[in-house]
Amino acid sequence: MPADSGLSWNLLSDIDQMWKLDSMVNAYRAGTIVAVLAAVVGWFVVLRRQTFVAHTVSLAGFPGAAAAVFLGVSASWGYFGFCIGAAAVIAALARSGKGGMAEESALTGIVQSFTLACGMLFVALYKGFLNGVNSLLFGSFLGVTPGDIAVLAVVAVVVLLAMALIGRPLLFASVDPAVADARGVPSRTLSLLFLVLLGATAAEVSQITGSLLVFALLVMPAATAQRITARPGRSLVLSVVFALAVTWFGLGAAYFSPYPIGFWITTFAFGCYLLANLYGFAARWRGAGRRQVAEALGVS
Amino acid sequence: MSMFSHPFMVYALLGGTGIAAACGAVGFFLVLRAQVFTGDALSHVAFTGALAALAFGIDLRVGLFAATIAVALLLGALGRRGRADDVVIGNVFAWILGLGVFFLTVYTTNRSGAGNGSATINVLFGSILGLSSSQAQTALWIGVGVLAALVFIARPLLFATLDEAVAAARGVPVRVLGFVFLALVGAATAEATQAVGALLLLGLVAAPAGTALVLTDRPFRGLGLAIALAVGEMWAGLTLAYFVPRMPPSFSITAVATAVYAAAMIYRWSSRRRAAVRSAATAAAPVHIRVAEPVATADTVSV
Repeated sequence: MPADSGLSWNLLSDIDQMWKLDSMVNAYRAGTIVAVLAAVVGWFVVLRRQTFVAHTVSLAGFPGAAAAVFLGVSASWGYFGFCIGAAAVIAALARSGKGGMAEESALTGIVQSFTLACGMLFVALYKGFLNGVNSLLFGSFLGVTPGDIAVLAVVAVVVLLAMALIGRPLLFASVDPAVADARGVPSRTLSLLFLVLLGATAAEVSQITGSLLVFALLVMPAATAQRITARPGRSLVLSVVFALAVTWFGLGAAYFSPYPIGFWITTFAFGCYLLANLYGFAARWRGAGRRQVAEALGVS
Repeated sequence: MSMFSHPFMVYALLGGTGIAAACGAVGFFLVLRAQVFTGDALSHVAFTGALAALAFGIDLRVGLFAATIAVALLLGALGRRGRADDVVIGNVFAWILGLGVFFLTVYTTNRSGAGNGSATINVLFGSILGLSSSQAQTALWIGVGVLAALVFIARPLLFATLDEAVAAARGVPVRVLGFVFLALVGAATAEATQAVGALLLLGLVAAPAGTALVLTDRPFRGLGLAIALAVGEMWAGLTLAYFVPRMPPSFSITAVATAVYAAAMIYRWSSRRRAAVRSAATAAAPVHIRVAEPVATADTVSV
């Protein structure tokens, strides 16, 4: 951050000054792609209550990157290999049915701790890499190149197309697995496919945002949107809007303050979530009040 | 030269035993209640707590315990019957991680000097070989305390876990038990963070318990097995780290735990296959010599 980047009274000129920097423009472009991708995939994560799996898969990017640095190959290989690998292991080993929840949560926890332990091993084997750990975990939008953005855009388009293809049956299988099964929807295949897409998303996004922040963008905007409305289409759009707003404001705030992007994005997103919860309470309270009035008046 | 002639190894084994026993016991209930994500969240909260303590310049352990126990109780309060929804947990702890990054920045910009970079690494990945004599003793006592408290509430907690509605109807204080349990999880997490680090303690919580549930369906046997496995894996991991110095102890402990879990999964898979073959054979045989299927207690009772 440049030292003279404090806010002045003229907001427009401040934004103008911020966008004169190529790195900030690139950060905004990358952030926009990341926000849309994470919001769409995250919407299904929240709907399917798979936050733990999402967290595990997104953390797998860290050992992936550490392994790639240690072996001297491109970090992208590490990210994609580990994220998709972790997703595939969870998808393949988790069983559904009685006791499945407990076992899946244990399995997810073990996958997570083991991949992180591998990351620790690679960091220990590759001395001098220690300073990179913070940026691997917490990310930095600065230093995004136009090449990165191109790759990001391609992956985002591919994942979003795949989501569009499986979206409807996946929604069905997520909301009512038993009925979907009976109707011949291949819910097991779908959930496997979804986890692989989640892995690809996490791998791509965590290269820009760091492993820990992916999770915030995956879960928080989607949870906020689903709090506000129960309609699938509307809340999906809302989730994208929230993710975009939070990312844009987060980038701006990080530019004008000494504090990191991860703090701002999570704080803004959490603020939205709290407001949405309050809104939900208020709506329910008003609804209850109206019902009482209706009962008192004898109207059903 | 024996491993035990190094004081740091003795302290690591001593403290590690207490931590592993507490984590194994707490983890067993976490897995049974499908609450491993709570443990995961708390381990990240420990990271934020530790960094906040560093940023404000107070004792690391105060930050750890205060943060984990407070958030554990908060998570209990957010959910019904002392259990929070996964999405709620995810939102809360994503924000708390963001706060952790904030404190990290405050700490690294305000307190210049050596050791800043390694502070994060220690909080995240632990430093069990760096435990002092008094730290090891504290760890042991806290571990024993958590274990004793958990054993004390084990029966009602198990009842509340397996069949919440019936337990509540029978007058078991389900909600209070949930809170007490979460507070114990918080304490165990805070203590374990110092040994294996915030990011890896999940291995100590989830792996022995997951293994125990794969191997047995009986709850109390499973609890004992989880504790024994956790302690055994801690010892084996420390020994491995001692003989292979390039391997960080956090990795070796987690690796041993994961390997044991994988072995248990393979064992169950192969024994299921054998059982399937046997039941196919009995199905072909006349009815009167068919054997009754073994009944799974923990799994079937819970629904």
